[in-house]
Amino acid sequence: MSQFLQVLLSGLATGSIYALVAIGFTLVWQAAQTVNFAQGEFVMVPAFFVLVGTNILGFPLALSLGLALLLAIALLGAVFKKLVVDPILPSGGISLIIATMALGILLRESVKEFYGAEAQPFPAMFPTNPINVFGAVVSMQDMLNLLISLAVVVVLTLFLNRTRTGRSMQAAAQNPAVAEILGVNVKRMVMYAFLINAALAALASFLITPVYLAKFSNGETLGLVAFIAAIVGGFNQIRGALVGGLLIGVLDNLVATYVTAEYRAALPLILLIFIILVRPQGIMGTSEGRAV
Amino acid sequence: MRAYLSWLLIALLLVLAILAPIGQGNYITYVLTSWLVFSIAAMGLNLTLGYAGQISLAQASFMAIGAYTSALLTLAGWHWMAALVPALLLCFVVGLVLGYPALRVKGHFLAFVTLAFNTLVFLVLRNEDWLTGGNYGLSGMPRPDFGFVSTMKQHNFYYFTLAITVVAAAIMWWIVRSPWGRGFKALRENPIRAESLGVDTRRITLLAFAIGSTYGGLAGALISPLVQFIEPGSFAVGHSLRILLMVVVGGAGFFFGPFLGAGVVILLPELLRFTEGYYLIIYSALVIVMLVFTPRGLIGLWGMLRDRFFGKPQIRADVEQGPKLK
Repeated sequence: MSQFLQVLLSGLATGSIYALVAIGFTLVWQAAQTVNFAQGEFVMVPAFFVLVGTNILGFPLALSLGLALLLAIALLGAVFKKLVVDPILPSGGISLIIATMALGILLRESVKEFYGAEAQPFPAMFPTNPINVFGAVVSMQDMLNLLISLAVVVVLTLFLNRTRTGRSMQAAAQNPAVAEILGVNVKRMVMYAFLINAALAALASFLITPVYLAKFSNGETLGLVAFIAAIVGGFNQIRGALVGGLLIGVLDNLVATYVTAEYRAALPLILLIFIILVRPQGIMGTSEGRAV
Repeated sequence: MRAYLSWLLIALLLVLAILAPIGQGNYITYVLTSWLVFSIAAMGLNLTLGYAGQISLAQASFMAIGAYTSALLTLAGWHWMAALVPALLLCFVVGLVLGYPALRVKGHFLAFVTLAFNTLVFLVLRNEDWLTGGNYGLSGMPRPDFGFVSTMKQHNFYYFTLAITVVAAAIMWWIVRSPWGRGFKALRENPIRAESLGVDTRRITLLAFAIGSTYGGLAGALISPLVQFIEPGSFAVGHSLRILLMVVVGGAGFFFGPFLGAGVVILLPELLRFTEGYYLIIYSALVIVMLVFTPRGLIGLWGMLRDRFFGKPQIRADVEQGPKLK
């Protein structure tokens, strides 16, 4: 029983980080119909910004984290929108998907060439000593990751539902034309979605990289898992992305412990195919009209 | 006049393809052969992406199915031509089985499902080592021997691959001009109108997907005797992406796009040796720039330049003409 609790808790901890990435992904999808295939790389890159700060420039960790967050928001949020999304979106969704795939390669290879191909140790922000929760031994780091991610999700939800800007963002996502008529600055709201996405990705990066190491190829699996979390939970719902992320984190750990470790990577994929067959709008999603 | 010119161009390209390896060493011939092989794979994906408008990230996994099936059968003593039949059939059937549920969803969803499928195939190839040799892969596949000529020599194998490419291209030429090939185009240009005119969009999309997958299988069946060593890593998701970029760079929906795109992807690294590790960085940046300025690929770029210098042929202004990505 304590083993089960242990597996469950560490699954929730990883899952909550997946959820952060999936939420950013969902926000960008809602705001600009952009499916970002470089999302995994967006999580991989900020960790390297931090490493450049601490190892090369010699900044303290806290300063590096802050600067990396700002740099990520500027580059992966604003510059990404201005240079990649805005010019390509008019020529269609598939072109944009392919462009973000190319961007993923670009980021991955750049990190590999300019920083290094080996996995780099990443400074831990929290103590990693194990603590005892009802007989289950889990690391302090995992628990704090879980708490921080959940807190961020709560704050984000409050922001989207309770503030004027948040509601304007929702309006802009649901019906840009009417939102514009009602005085919402739609362009700015779309930009906010990209900035929030970059911030969430950077945050996920800072939380997850101490657990795995910083490596240029980290984004490959992470991006795919986040997409799957978003789709499984429901592509058009933030709480869906949360449920999807947690579900995949927990199921992944349960399967690896109790069923098969060899095919653990297959589980999210099978879940994805199953969900698309049975409930394409996702667990929490509402169905949207689809063109022929 | 135009048709006459294009036939002349095709004949010229064919002569060039025949002359290309003469006097070249084994390595260059090998690179040229792999260009042909990837052209076949990209041609199949072009049918799915360029003509039927469905994005698929599973082409490398169909190459894997073709490669492993033909490799296992030839290692068991079958002739390559005999092994080709079950390999292609298997790809076609798997394409139908995957496509049937996957094509219920469109666009980005399809991309994810095919991506997931490719990863699944990779995992199976890696983990089921009783059949596939696991991480060590399979090696020593014999090249086809036709009695009077053996393809063990690099040059002979090139001509053998060229012959197969020409046949595959001819079949594709016929497919895109057959009634249901025109159905694909109708679907791409205006799906609602296509459907209202009685084109069964779902069936022909499924067929396009399955046929495209079969072309992937053919390319795979050629890779295994070419390299004579296959392992799961050669068919990972990254390679599907590479084939997709070939189609897009060449020009999705243009018949010769895949050949051009595969040429760029396979031959350019050889030319850009001096850039060393930066090659992929430069290449991916160029792809993004290309998508910004000319989303119709290099052939589309040529068309754009031609229109600018020779004037655009007047067509009905209300009809959007020509291949484009959705």
